[in-house]
Amino acid sequence: MSSTGRIVTVYGNMVTAEVEGTVRQNAVAYCQRSDGVRLMSEIIRIRGKLADMQVFELTRGLKVGDPVEITEELLSLELGPGLIGMVYDGLQNPLPEMAAQVGKFLEPGHYLKALDRKRDWDFTPLVAPGTVLTAAENLGKVKENIFDHFIMAPFTLNGEWKVKSIAPAGKYKVDKEIAVLEKDGQTVSVNMIQRWPVRIPLGIYRERLLPTQTMVTKQRIIDTFFPIMLGGTYCIPGPFGAGKTVLQQITSRHAEIDLVIVAACGERAGEVVETLREFPHLKDPRTGKTLIERTIIICNTSSMPVAARESSVYTAITLGEYYRQVGLNVLLLADSTSRWAQALREMSGRLEEIPGEEAFPAYLESSIARFYERGGIVELKDGRKASLTVGGTVSPAGGNFEEPVTQGTLKVVGAFLGLSYARSYARRFPAIDPLESWSKYAGVIAHEKVAWAHGFLKRGKSIYEMMQVVGEEGTSIDDFVIYLKSEFLDNVYLQQNSFDEVDAACPVDRQQHLFEMVTNVLKHKFEITDKARARDLFFTLTEQFRDWNYSPWQSDQMKTAENAIKATMSSKEAAHA
Amino acid sequence: MRKFYTKIDNIAGNVATLKATGVGYEELALVEGSWGKSLAQVIRVNGDNVSLQVFAGTRGVSTGDRVSFTGHSMRFSFSDDLFGRVFSGGGEARDNRGELTDNLIEVGGPAVNPAIRLMPHRMIPTNIPMIDVFNTLVEGQKLPIFSIPGEPYNELLARIALQAEADVIIFGGMGLKYDEYLFFKNRLEEGGAMNRSIMFIHTASDPVVECLQTPDIALTVAEQFAIKGKRVLVLLTDMTNFANALKEISITMEQIPSNRGYPGDLYSQLASRYEKAVVFEEGGSITLMAVTTMPGDDVTHPVPDNTGYITEGQFYLKGGVIDPFGSLSRLKQQVNGKTRDDHRAIMDGCIQLYAKCRETREKRAMGFEMSDWDNKLLKYGESFEKQIMSFSANIGLFDALQQCWNILAEHFEPRETGIRSNLCDQFWPKK
Ligand SMILES: Nc1ncnc2c1ncn2[C@@H]1O[C@H](COP(=O)(O)OP(=O)(O)OP(=O)(O)O)[C@@H](O)[C@H]1O
Ligand SMILES: [Mg+2]
Repeated sequence: MSSTGRIVTVYGNMVTAEVEGTVRQNAVAYCQRSDGVRLMSEIIRIRGKLADMQVFELTRGLKVGDPVEITEELLSLELGPGLIGMVYDGLQNPLPEMAAQVGKFLEPGHYLKALDRKRDWDFTPLVAPGTVLTAAENLGKVKENIFDHFIMAPFTLNGEWKVKSIAPAGKYKVDKEIAVLEKDGQTVSVNMIQRWPVRIPLGIYRERLLPTQTMVTKQRIIDTFFPIMLGGTYCIPGPFGAGKTVLQQITSRHAEIDLVIVAACGERAGEVVETLREFPHLKDPRTGKTLIERTIIICNTSSMPVAARESSVYTAITLGEYYRQVGLNVLLLADSTSRWAQALREMSGRLEEIPGEEAFPAYLESSIARFYERGGIVELKDGRKASLTVGGTVSPAGGNFEEPVTQGTLKVVGAFLGLSYARSYARRFPAIDPLESWSKYAGVIAHEKVAWAHGFLKRGKSIYEMMQVVGEEGTSIDDFVIYLKSEFLDNVYLQQNSFDEVDAACPVDRQQHLFEMVTNVLKHKFEITDKARARDLFFTLTEQFRDWNYSPWQSDQMKTAENAIKATMSSKEAAHA
Repeated sequence: MRKFYTKIDNIAGNVATLKATGVGYEELALVEGSWGKSLAQVIRVNGDNVSLQVFAGTRGVSTGDRVSFTGHSMRFSFSDDLFGRVFSGGGEARDNRGELTDNLIEVGGPAVNPAIRLMPHRMIPTNIPMIDVFNTLVEGQKLPIFSIPGEPYNELLARIALQAEADVIIFGGMGLKYDEYLFFKNRLEEGGAMNRSIMFIHTASDPVVECLQTPDIALTVAEQFAIKGKRVLVLLTDMTNFANALKEISITMEQIPSNRGYPGDLYSQLASRYEKAVVFEEGGSITLMAVTTMPGDDVTHPVPDNTGYITEGQFYLKGGVIDPFGSLSRLKQQVNGKTRDDHRAIMDGCIQLYAKCRETREKRAMGFEMSDWDNKLLKYGESFEKQIMSFSANIGLFDALQQCWNILAEHFEPRETGIRSNLCDQFWPKK
């Protein structure tokens, strides 16, 4: 049963209504403008007869006294086959369809079904009548792109239910009944669509596991030095222009994962357009299919209404949880969680809550923690493992990490890829600061080896700093060579050119091979006494390694580059002491 | 029938509050008194209390002044008659040529659906090497000029405007000095561009609320032209004044500030303006360049900081030149792969060497001995500054690239430049 109310206050995207009847916290409501347009909203606070709502649209034109219709349902998503490849706004409206129906602008008050009702799916039943099952157990499957998309018993089922009937193999639309379940004389009809409230974690599984497998991003600095694992969480804070979005974009292209959910949260529309327009044409080397066939885009960019931005991250993570439930390894990339936090702050301000640091609400930290906690690797009821990995960018004011969103995020994630202004300024991309960042996960190269190489970076930096004071002439040749080695490691291993076709993605075997070669140089004891000649030698090596990085794997070009490196290393200059 | 209210309850800052019913959020109102009249916008309705933001300010407004509501939000006339015209920041004629009332369109409507946007893909040549070679400007881009007061940012803006070959130039001035307004007007006239230009001018002596309207009206008009397939260039100066006007209003409305007095929604407010930059499938586009003066040369100040998080890079004006380090055109890779094979390599190579040159200068300043390599870098830096960075350089892209190769060859061996060997083989000037 729904309730009704009347608007008493309009202030920005917050509207207060006086309500008759019962109201549920976080229920969906519709504010009706005098021209009949209904604006979707969500109840966010209830005080006696007054219900405060955040409106997911521009509130222009709303008046005191306008009617409000309050539903029973919490803000929910439609889940089922056909989500992959879609571009949704924060409320799961498909944006291309919206454009076709409404035009160029996002006129308020238009809501479309998330799943295509006309599309046929090839359904194969996996259970027979009489089978007893519980929530989220498989009833059958359809093929969605290359994936087996399991059609599951409703997530909301309580206890054990018996399959009364199941549809035979054949083509069905998503809203067509495919099974009937019964329990104690009650029956439920099941089709391929499930609904789930975005603010409640969706996780129906045997147990949650510890992440154990590296999620390969093909970025050397990540996979080798600051790795991420399937089911893990990580954050990428950095000042503007440091390369957060580019790093997310290259990860969305190259990561070895089944499904990527790109959540453009309060950032530039242009960046989504890039993904949107290019992914249908880019190949996923793992499957030979296009990238869009493994991607879902949730797009609530900075000029779209702010309340929908707040909910968009929940939309994204719920979709991620759903496909984990289906059995896939999913990666959610949220850019930027700070915009989401700002949306929280805006609403909190309108609600006149007591502000915390930088006017963020007191519950900011727990909201961030709850969000990342929704990631994880699990063992499903049928024993398969599936994961949801979550990576979020953070955009700290003034690029200063000592601020509430960055700090709240660092407490809960498993890896911290901190981008530094100094590195992006020097065009050392990806601008992950190798001395600030950390990861609790294991990568593609043994930890001791990595730690040993990492030592050069630390020593190199302190030698460099000392050189700033005492000058090159006051630096010993040994120290100078260590400094050159650290620069070499930085140049040819940490830095990676994402605009070069080959260098953009460095697979595991290639990383391991390169790491060996780089290690040989780092280990090498050079017999040089002249700094200018030492510098010259490292120039040569760096250039030769770059050529190697730009050469296709196991091509002649690569062999040539490798021979050149060997020649340099065995030259007189480089001879052992 | 229009209803008149004659009792204003509260007046504070630029906000007047009165009792009224049937009023829509963001509706436009008219306030009239012995001091004259002004438009006002509803910025909050709470029961029958309506808060109005008075465009002309509340100076002289009396509690007995007459208020009426128009039944619609802010609108502005749109047609080709706009060309050559000058309006105030609030949209009133400023050139004694009469008001336009035809074809009224809503100001500040909903955002463009991202799904219909195109990726910016056309270079805008400016003949400024620091832009064309190193940070290419792209049609449909939104790009601010970060500058401390006193730098020649208005000249840069004017130079780009005249070079850019846009169909329509829309100029929005916020908190301008009168001289600056005349400077732009003269430059557009001299350059023969006034007949495709429209100016919205809010000067420092105009009411502060009108400053808030200026970008909205300018961008709404721009959007209409872009929908009609026109390539529109919008120039806004100075967005810091706009942000300060926002701050003023939010403090009046007793909002809790988030950072140095600025409201928590500063990011969203700026973004909803900057995001008007667009390329439509049918060919129309809006390119947006805006000046953001940085109080105290501090990029971490909330205005440049939030701006940087919104725009697609920034031109950083410092010491009379576009600084190669702070500056960035994030869309450059959309176009600089298609210009000439050596474009990207020159872009990276020259800047990396120049960065090393600056390090060396620091070392030198501290009295360290200069190695041969250091001396090379120093000489290179001088040539680069004189021939490429200087504002007086006025050459096309290909000439600029050639110039860069010449400078490199003058000072370095190919290997020392960090540029890929196959490109050096092809482009290194033969002695
Ligand atoms: N890996 C990279 N390789 C080459 N260039 C890069 C790389 N990463 C970033 N850049 C350069 O830096 C620019 C800014 O990067 P990006 O848009 O990712 O920044 P950001 O951190 O997301 O900034 P914002 O917070 O403003 O969104 C890019 O347009 C590009 O020019
Ligand atoms: Mg970004």
